[in-house]
Amino acid sequence: MGIPRELALEMYRRMRLIRRFEERVVELVNDNEIPGITHEYIGQEAVAVGVCAALRPDDAITSTHRGHGHVIAKGGDVRYMMAELMGRETGYNRGRGGSMHIADVQIGVYGANGIVGAGCPMACGAAYVFRRQGDRVVVAFFGDGAINQGVVHESLNLAAILDLPVVFVCENNLYAITTPIRSVTRNELWRRAEAYGIPARPVDGMDVEAVYGAAVEAVARARAGGGPSFLECRTYRYSGHYTAERNLPHVRYRTEEEIEQWRQRDPIRTWRQRMLERGWATEAELDGIDGEIERALEEAVAFARQSPWPDPATALEYMYAEPMEGIPARGWR
Amino acid sequence: MRQIRYLQAIQEALYQEMQRDPRVFILGEDIRVSMRGTTRGFVEAFGPERVLDMPISEAAFTGFATGAAMAGFRPIVEYQIPSLVYVAFDQLANQAAKMPYMLGGQVRLPITYLVMGAGAKNNAAGQHSDNPYPFLLHAGFKVVLPSTPYDMKGLLISAIRHDDPVFVLCPAALYALRGPVPEEPYTVPLGVGEVKRDGSDVTVIATGHLVQTALQVAEKLAEEGIQLLVWDPRTLLPLDREGLFRVVRRTGRVVILDDSNRTCGFAAEVAALLAEECFDALRAPVQRITRPDVPVPFSPPLEQAVLPGAAQLLQAVRRVLEWKREPSVVVP
Ligand SMILES: Cc1ncc(C[n+]2csc(CCOP(=O)(O)OP(=O)(O)O)c2C)c(N)n1
Repeated sequence: MGIPRELALEMYRRMRLIRRFEERVVELVNDNEIPGITHEYIGQEAVAVGVCAALRPDDAITSTHRGHGHVIAKGGDVRYMMAELMGRETGYNRGRGGSMHIADVQIGVYGANGIVGAGCPMACGAAYVFRRQGDRVVVAFFGDGAINQGVVHESLNLAAILDLPVVFVCENNLYAITTPIRSVTRNELWRRAEAYGIPARPVDGMDVEAVYGAAVEAVARARAGGGPSFLECRTYRYSGHYTAERNLPHVRYRTEEEIEQWRQRDPIRTWRQRMLERGWATEAELDGIDGEIERALEEAVAFARQSPWPDPATALEYMYAEPMEGIPARGWR
Repeated sequence: MRQIRYLQAIQEALYQEMQRDPRVFILGEDIRVSMRGTTRGFVEAFGPERVLDMPISEAAFTGFATGAAMAGFRPIVEYQIPSLVYVAFDQLANQAAKMPYMLGGQVRLPITYLVMGAGAKNNAAGQHSDNPYPFLLHAGFKVVLPSTPYDMKGLLISAIRHDDPVFVLCPAALYALRGPVPEEPYTVPLGVGEVKRDGSDVTVIATGHLVQTALQVAEKLAEEGIQLLVWDPRTLLPLDREGLFRVVRRTGRVVILDDSNRTCGFAAEVAALLAEECFDALRAPVQRITRPDVPVPFSPPLEQAVLPGAAQLLQAVRRVLEWKREPSVVVP
């Protein structure tokens, strides 16, 4: 399958940006500059980037608690992301959402979600509107842990019976926090979608080209009115479930060897090598992209640091599109 | 003006709004055939794409409405019975209710949730007799509870045109109630209560079908020379605070008649509000008549024992009239 060179470079850029964004986030969490809970996407970059590369800008996605990578892959601006993670007024959600709810509705990111599986029905609803209005498509990202949530199954069925243009992308990174997927499920995840009459397949989630190829096919089917598909992208997160997990030395559920084995197949390094081998880019070109990313991230951090905190007097704003007398109720006087 | 039933008022409001705005569509269980008639004839008129029969998947179709609203449509979700709201509660309390705020105002969610069969009816027992609005109010949903066919049509149309999620609860006890309703579309604004009967002795704040109960009791007490003021908030959130304070200040004696559980319920909220804002005007302790905190029992005598009704209202009215305390501020 042919990937245009420009797109290949862009996929490299986005994977690299996600990786470096997340590494920068870890530093900022450790320095107490980012409050709250953050979940890193390191290791899984090929999934978000491969899938979103198959989308048009006017397509939409729903995301998970591990959402930073999805936002960047969809074209999100790291300045507003960083500002949101730091809780600033200039952030995407004006400081009301933070890492777990980060969203950019303008570019079709309908929100990260702190409830496992909860984005799937919303993806279906958006897809229903898109199907009636034209040929836009929605991707629902969720983890392997979400496969045992009832609402995910309800959504699969709904998408199937309504022929919705949804691509369900299950990011199987083998663990739900500490629980190995094989201890809570008996069959292969993609086979469950088949049971609903949805075309489904496993995909190598460490290979951006493989993910892209599978996504192009699924998105084309959805766009042409062929209904939903299901991709089980097999991938791995190198870091803990959430950033502060490294402070819990007693929490052990994976071996160093296992982590190392997956690192051998690092999606960014392999993609870089492949591009060099194919003569699609030179070392200098790729180093140049890396440098741009560093500058963009430092700019984002500076932007966030310089941004004002939200004014506490505005804490009740945005609850309603049509605020009315007495609501939201004030909790103080 | 012609008289129609409460259920017909629902049908008419839905029909006229679907006709007016192509972004409005309706979804729910068994709505194409429509057992109760609220959506009868809709598939023929609007096609199956705007009248979606849903699988028994309350969580999914509730979230579906959220996604459709985010993408620009104006969904109406019909719940067959109120307890199904609990089945969908993650998608309501964690998603729809929080989404506009958590996203910093990036989305508006013009969703109408139509909850059929609210309250107890014909010994339907524990899982088919609820009034789940305290949960919904707590989550921040705008909630309306119309007590007449006129209010139903006007409030439902307002809800559909509103840019926030709005719950419209339809008490089963009112389905057959007839009343004057204009044929053309009109709105009753959210957040505006109404004096259903004026009086000078005791203010009864009644919700839903209990407004009719209060009016009957008022008739009876009028024969004894006791004048009840019956006030219907119509919208539980936003609550018409000014309207409430006005009717409370008129009598200084208050009974709240509310058909949901007692603890942290709507009546508790109103009583607390009056203690905060109208203490000066009160001549007696505020009385709450609610359900006790148990599921509605099946057996008819047990059911009768837990549901609020005319007998408790009569008692409570007499109780507040016994107090001789003068208000610290006399309001003409
Ligand atoms: C419905 C629900 N149950 C439990 C949790 C707590 N929780 C947060 S993330 C998580 C694990 C999710 O695993 P998975 O879906 O595989 O995603 P991953 O973290 O691997 O990306 C759990 C159990 C939650 N947020 N929502």
